[in-house]
Amino acid sequence: MRYRPGLVADYQSDAAIFKSNVQRFWFSVLLVAVVVLGLGGTIPLIPGLVDFSLQTDLLLIGTTAMFASIGAIGLNIVTGYAGQVSLGHAFFLGIGAFTGALVGGVEVTRQVVDLDTGQFVEKTLVYGFGLDLIIWLPAAGLVAALMGLIVAPLAFRLRGLYLAFVTLGLVFLGEHVFREAKVVTGGVGVGRASGVPSLFGFRFDEPGEVFGVFLAKNQKLFFLGLGLLIVLGIAAKNMARSKVGRALAAVRDRDIAAEMMGIPLARYKMIAFVVSSFYAGVAGGLLFAVIGRVEPLSFNLLLSIEYIAMILIGGVATVSGSIMGAFFITFLPRIVKWLAGFWMFGFISDSPTGGFVNLAQMEQILFGGLIIMFLILEPLGFYGIWIRVRNYWKAWPFSY
Amino acid sequence: MRARMLNEFLPPGDRDGPAILEFDEVHLSFAGIKAIDGVSFSVKAGELFAIIGPNGAGKTSIFNCISGAYHPEAGSIEFEGQTLLGLKPNKIADLGVARTFQNIELFPQLTVLDNLMLGRHQHIRYGTPAAMLRIGKASREEARNREIVEGIIEFLDIAQFRRSFVAMLPYGIQKRIELGRALAMEPTLLLLDEPTAGMNLEETEDMARFITDIRRELKIGIILVDHDMRLVMDLADRVLVIDFGKSITIGVPEEVQRNPDVIRAYLGQEHAIADQGDDQ
Repeated sequence: MRYRPGLVADYQSDAAIFKSNVQRFWFSVLLVAVVVLGLGGTIPLIPGLVDFSLQTDLLLIGTTAMFASIGAIGLNIVTGYAGQVSLGHAFFLGIGAFTGALVGGVEVTRQVVDLDTGQFVEKTLVYGFGLDLIIWLPAAGLVAALMGLIVAPLAFRLRGLYLAFVTLGLVFLGEHVFREAKVVTGGVGVGRASGVPSLFGFRFDEPGEVFGVFLAKNQKLFFLGLGLLIVLGIAAKNMARSKVGRALAAVRDRDIAAEMMGIPLARYKMIAFVVSSFYAGVAGGLLFAVIGRVEPLSFNLLLSIEYIAMILIGGVATVSGSIMGAFFITFLPRIVKWLAGFWMFGFISDSPTGGFVNLAQMEQILFGGLIIMFLILEPLGFYGIWIRVRNYWKAWPFSY
Repeated sequence: MRARMLNEFLPPGDRDGPAILEFDEVHLSFAGIKAIDGVSFSVKAGELFAIIGPNGAGKTSIFNCISGAYHPEAGSIEFEGQTLLGLKPNKIADLGVARTFQNIELFPQLTVLDNLMLGRHQHIRYGTPAAMLRIGKASREEARNREIVEGIIEFLDIAQFRRSFVAMLPYGIQKRIELGRALAMEPTLLLLDEPTAGMNLEETEDMARFITDIRRELKIGIILVDHDMRLVMDLADRVLVIDFGKSITIGVPEEVQRNPDVIRAYLGQEHAIADQGDDQ
């Protein structure tokens, strides 16, 4: 065995996430590159010609993309792996965001005059317990998971388009509740402070030194996102290649046969919703910690559609696809802005009113167009393209 | 390497003798059409029991009643002393009833390996949190069950297709994988719904050999539904003939073959005489 590096000799290593040393090597390279970029370093894409580094705004979008990836992985668990189409992902993101803000955010109080006594009294406008990240982040996930548990029975009786419609109802219910529950959400147009990303007193949202390296606020959040994405991504991947993942795929592909194989349908649909909502809750809590504020109207149908787009464009029922899709959709506005700078895209105007199409319009056109294109041309999304490219180079220079 | 016996990785199940399935006076109808009209039979452990009948006679309906997809209006179905009526299909599977389907019901987007591992579902013991961590128990359980699945792969001679996606494989191989998935469930009663339908002679012979081997090595009860008369008469211990949901006769193959009602049901009245002439 000494002469055969990477030889698969037992079933454990045969089922590994990275099966070969080559895969392990390139994953490490990617990881190192991301860390270097996060630290403000420069990666030479083509040495001497094209360099790449993350400017402040790109770093912020990258951080958002990593948290969005966690949410997209969540949606992919319920919709991609288990085949239960859910348009209600924005609802679970919202539950996570507001639970995080309630448990980990600051309280807002105001002095008001008590009309009976004429005295000034302290009145709480928005509640907040200001607890640590280690408490509010799991709480955000768990409360969302509990909501998932409550919603899951819908999927026992409905499927496909009908389930999509019912979960769509959740978004509107959620929007209403978020709008009216002002003591938790702050109300429309005002919103409230999000959960404070402070882990045992270590503030991710304030610049400071870590192991002798000075990190800006965005850099700290970037690494928080990277760490959580790796942990939750591997957990999702582990689940996908386990008994649970196989059962979910069986429920998706042929539910009646699955039941006759001894797979309890209701139980696995429930697991899918609970795990998916947990991921959504964690993602929701963190996404808004980047900005620092949560606003009730953020959790609308468009947000759900955006997550559906992420998994469609990235790759249905894949973890890496969810991440690619989330990055692409999050970076889309920035990509459009960048494209507008080239002369051949001169028709994209950066003024909000003038020109042929402006940035926001172009972004929407691309968003819709890409979904249509991917559904027709490459249903497996970026993941499918990646697999094709990989297989081509595996066999190169031969055709098979 | 020595070819291994099936019972080296699956429990041999030497419960020869007592009836494991009692199918008693079952009635099932769809919108007034009687699909099963008072059929009764019992299957003993280690027995190969065949059900034959023309198309639409109700053979698959009997299977669907046993595996819990249909709910009979009257009658009783007992498996090892426990009633199957009102149980969910997954509970019935947990009790030890496995089946294959007339129209292949494999999971097309999964690999052969994953399909067979799905058969092991009820025997793999760990929960979702363990699955996400995949340390210790989850990892060991996966490996242990993979070993059993590998034994079935070896038995069915499908090692080369291990990593192929089921949708890309030829029909005959898919039928074989479905048999493997049912075996992976370690059943006490195996329901085979037309395992040789649409197969050529060679594939049919392979399948017949697999069924014979399963019988010899596992001694589980098997109910076989098939249209290939030669196969059924060669393999079966007893044969039940049904037509329009009604039981025509039960008996050993030689008896059944000579039964005039059976010949009439199969070939029609006028052919019956000519066919009998051929036999002599």
